[in-house]
Amino acid sequence: MSTETLSPKSEPSRWSKAWNSNMGYSFRRNPVAVVSMIIFLLIAVAAFLAPVIAPYDPYDPAQMDIMNSEYPPVWVNGALPEFMLGTDDQGRDLWSTILYGTRLSLLIGICAVALQAFLGISIGLVAGYVGGRLDSLLMRLADIQLSFSTLMVAIIFLAVTQAMFGTDTFNRYAVVFLIAVIGVAEWPQYARTVRATVLAEKKKEYVDSARVLGFGPMRIMVRHILPNSLSPIFVISTVQVANAIISEASLSFLGLGMPPSQPSLGSLISSGFDYIFSGSWWITAIPGVVLVVLVLVINLLGDWMRDVLNPKLYKG
Amino acid sequence: MSLLSVRDLTVKFAMRDETVTALNGISFDLAKGERLGIVGESGAGKSITGFSLMNLLSRPGYIDNGQILFDGEDVVQMNDKRLRTLRGNRMAMIFQDPMVTLNPVLTIGQQMVETLLAHRKLSREEARQIAIVKLREVYIPSPEERLEQYPHELSGGMRQRIIIAIALLLDPQLIIADEPTTALDVTIQADIMELMLELCQSNQVGLILITHDLGVVSQMTERTLVMYAGRIIEAGRTREIINDPQHPYTQGLINALPQQTVPGQRLKQIPGNMPGLTSIPTGCAFNPRCKYATDLCRSRVPDIVQYGEVAVACHEVQRLNSDEDRQEARA
Amino acid sequence: MFAYLAKRVIQAIAVMFVISLIAFAIQGNLGDPLRELVGQSVSEEVRQQLRDELGLNDSFVTQYLRFAGNALQGDLGTSYFFKEPALDVILKKLPATLELVFGATLIIVGLSVPLGVYTAIKPNSILSRIIMGLSIIGISIPVFLTAILMIFVFSVEYGWLPSYGRGDTVQVWGYWQTNFATADGWLHIILPSIALASIMLPLFVRLIRAEMMEVLQSEYVKYAKAKGINPWRIYFVHALKNTLLPVITVGGVQIGTMVAYTILTETVFQWPGMGFMFLEAVNRVDTPLIVAYLIVVGFIFVVTNTIVDLVYGLVNPTVNIARMGA
Repeated sequence: MSTETLSPKSEPSRWSKAWNSNMGYSFRRNPVAVVSMIIFLLIAVAAFLAPVIAPYDPYDPAQMDIMNSEYPPVWVNGALPEFMLGTDDQGRDLWSTILYGTRLSLLIGICAVALQAFLGISIGLVAGYVGGRLDSLLMRLADIQLSFSTLMVAIIFLAVTQAMFGTDTFNRYAVVFLIAVIGVAEWPQYARTVRATVLAEKKKEYVDSARVLGFGPMRIMVRHILPNSLSPIFVISTVQVANAIISEASLSFLGLGMPPSQPSLGSLISSGFDYIFSGSWWITAIPGVVLVVLVLVINLLGDWMRDVLNPKLYKG
Repeated sequence: MSLLSVRDLTVKFAMRDETVTALNGISFDLAKGERLGIVGESGAGKSITGFSLMNLLSRPGYIDNGQILFDGEDVVQMNDKRLRTLRGNRMAMIFQDPMVTLNPVLTIGQQMVETLLAHRKLSREEARQIAIVKLREVYIPSPEERLEQYPHELSGGMRQRIIIAIALLLDPQLIIADEPTTALDVTIQADIMELMLELCQSNQVGLILITHDLGVVSQMTERTLVMYAGRIIEAGRTREIINDPQHPYTQGLINALPQQTVPGQRLKQIPGNMPGLTSIPTGCAFNPRCKYATDLCRSRVPDIVQYGEVAVACHEVQRLNSDEDRQEARA
Repeated sequence: MFAYLAKRVIQAIAVMFVISLIAFAIQGNLGDPLRELVGQSVSEEVRQQLRDELGLNDSFVTQYLRFAGNALQGDLGTSYFFKEPALDVILKKLPATLELVFGATLIIVGLSVPLGVYTAIKPNSILSRIIMGLSIIGISIPVFLTAILMIFVFSVEYGWLPSYGRGDTVQVWGYWQTNFATADGWLHIILPSIALASIMLPLFVRLIRAEMMEVLQSEYVKYAKAKGINPWRIYFVHALKNTLLPVITVGGVQIGTMVAYTILTETVFQWPGMGFMFLEAVNRVDTPLIVAYLIVVGFIFVVTNTIVDLVYGLVNPTVNIARMGA
C-alpha cells in the first residue's frame, strides 16, 4: 500500500526537480533551445523507427524498380503519389531512404562520439592522475594528434583500407570503420579537458581525505573527480556529435564511407550530385536539408548548453 | 569648495530576476589634497564606490541615482568623450592586483606613453622622458630598461610601483586606490603604502584609499568612511573613529584587530557574516549581528546623524554610550 | 631561441619519421608491385627472381632504409597510372591546391577579424545577432554541400560563374600555373575559394568573438579604460593582440583541416589539385601516388605546425623563446 502511494509521488518530484533547476529554467526561457530540442527529438525518433515508418525497405533490391527512378517529390509536376519525396537514381523511395540514412548518420555519429569520450576520458584521467613523464608523453601525443585534422586522417585511413580490402569487404564493414576512425581521431578533445579538471581537483582536500580513507585511485577518479568534469564533457559531446555527423557525411560523399546500396545522408547527396545538372535536384537537396537541420539543431543545443553550463573548456 | 562631492549615490545591479541595490544613497565630500579611507568587509560596496567615482561600472551595474561632483562638474552626467578626459588625467586609479592590471602583451613603455598621449599633445620621445622621470619618483632602478620590458618580467611589487607611476603621470587631483596592497607580500605592503603617502603629500594629490585594513587607514588617511551592506554607517576623522568608534559594527572591527587582543586569547570576531546584496534584512542591515538591536533597529533604517565628533547611523548610539557592556568591551 | 627552435625541429623530424613508417607499411601491403610490372602470367620461379632483384626479400629494416633513403632524395616511386615519378605528379598538382587554399585564407583572414571584433564589441546589436545566426548555420553545412548549393545557384540556375576546372591559367615558374593572372582564372577560383572558406570562416568568427569578449572583461582592459585610452585603441591594440594568441594556435590546427577540405572542394569542382588527384589514385590503387601524397601532406602539416609554434613564440612576450627549450 505504502509503496503504491510513494512511487507516483517520487516520480514527478524528480521531473519537477529537473524542470525547476537552473538548466530547466533557462531551457524554458530559451525558445531556440526548445524548438531545437523538439526538432532533434522528432528527427531522432523518426530515424530510429525507420523500419516501422518507412513505406519501403531501401535495402531490399526487390522493392526497387529502375523504371521508377528520378520521380520528383509530390509537389512537383510529374510526380507519382506513392513516392512522397520522389525517388532517387535507382528508383528507391527517397522518403524511406532518407529515414534509413538518417538512422545510419545518427548511429555512426553517436557511437563515434561514445568511443571518443571513452578513450579521451580514460587517457585524460590517467594522464592527470599519474602525472609526470606519462602525462607529458600523452599530452605531447594529443598535441600531435590534434595538429593532424581528423578528416585528413580519416580520409587516408579509409582510402588505404578500401584499397587494401577491396570495395566489397570494405562496404560490408563500412559502419565499423567509420565509427573506429572518427572515434579514435578525436580523443584529445576529451583528454585535455578531463586532465585539466583532474589537475585542478587533485589539489583539493576531499581527494586527499578520500585517499587517506583508503579509497583506490580508480574509485577516487571515477567517483570523485570525474563528476566535476561532467559539464565540459556534455558541451564537448554535443558539438562532437554534430562534427562526427558532418565528418561521416563528408567521407561518404567522397565514396569512402557508406556505399550507395546502404546509403547514409552523405552518400545519398553524393549519388544525387551526378543528377543535379539534369534537373533532379531533389535527390541532393532533400537529404541535404535533413542533414543541415539535424546538425544545426545539435549545434544550437550545444551553444545553449555552453551558455548555461559555462564550463572551463581547454583552450589549445 | 571641496574637490569631490558625492550626493545620494545609488548603484544597482540588474540580475536575471531582480534588481539589487549595491550602493544605497551614499554621500560624502573630499577636500583638495585630502586623504580619505573607505573601510568595510568585502561586499560592503567599497570597490563599487571607487569605480562609480570614475563612472566605470561595467554591466550589469549602473548608477541609478545621485550626483558625483568633481571640481563642480557631475561625473554621472558626462558623456564618454568628457569622461575620457577625466579618467587617467584628473582622476587616476590604482587597481587591486598588479599581476593582472597591466596588459601582458604591451611593454611598460607602451603602456605609459599611450596614457600620456591620450591626454596631452606630446611627441613619443617627450612622453618617454616624462615616463622615465615618474619611474624615478617611485624609486624604480634603471627606468630606461624597464620601459622596454613586459609586465611578466617584473615582480608584483615592481609592477605596483609602475602602476603608481602611471597614476602620477598626468599629475591628477585625485587618486583612487582599490586595495592596492592586498595582492602583495606583507613585506612589500608597507613599502608601497609609505611610497603612496609620500607622493600624495609631496604632490598635493587627494587620495581615496579603499581597504579592509584599519591599521593601514589609521596610518594613511585623515578621514574615514565605514561601509556596511551598501551604506555608510560611520564617518569622521580617522583618529576619532579608531579611538572612539560609535557604531557597534566599527567597534566590532576594531576589537577584532590582533593588537586589541591579549596574546593567547582568541580574536574577538563579530558573530555572523555580512548579508549578501539579495538578502539585506529590513531595518538596520547590521541588526542580526548586533547585540544591542531593538525592535526599532529591526524595522527602520537609521539615518546618519552627527554624534559627537563623528557621523553615525545607529538608533541606539546614545544608549550604547551609557551602556556598561561597552565599557567592558573596551577594557 | 636556438634551443627552442632545435626542440621544435626534433619533434618535427620525429613526426615525419612516424609518417614515413606508416607510408612504408602502406607501400608494402597495398597492391602487388610485381603484378604492376609484369602482370600475372609469370612463373613462380621468375617471380622469386624478380623479388630478389627488387629487394622485396630483404629484411624489414633494409627495405625501410632503402625507402627512406630514396624518399630523402625525392624519389617516392613511379606512379602506376601516369608512368611518371610520383613526386613530379604531385608537384604539378600542388600549385592548384595551394592557390585554392590561398584564396580561402584571404577570405577567412579578411572577414573573420572584423566580424569577430564587431560581434564582440556590440554583442546585442541586430547585425551581430544576424552574423552569429549565420555563423552557426555556416558551421552546420558541410563544405561539399555548400559547394553543391553554390554550383546549383550560380552555375546551373544563373550561369554567372563556372562550375568546374581552373579555367585559363598562366605559367609562372616551374610547374606553377596561376589562376590570378587572367579574368577567367579569377572567375574560376571564386566559388571553390568561398566553398573552402565556408566552414572555417564562421569557426574563426566565433572563436575571435569568444576570446575577444573574454579579454574585454579582463582587468587590464578595465584599467586601460580607467587611464582614459581611446576605445578603438583598447579594442584593436589592448584586446585584439591578446585575442590573437589563442587564435594563432587554433589557426595552425585549422590549416591542416583546410588541406583535408581541399579534397572535398576539389572533388565537387573538379579542381585539378592534389586532393582530386589523391581520390583518383585511391580508385586506381596507384600505391606510389597514395604513398607520395601521404608524405607530402604530412610534410605540409609538420612544417606549418612548426612555423605556427614559432610564430606564437615570437608574438607572445610571455613565451620567452630565449629561455625556452631548456
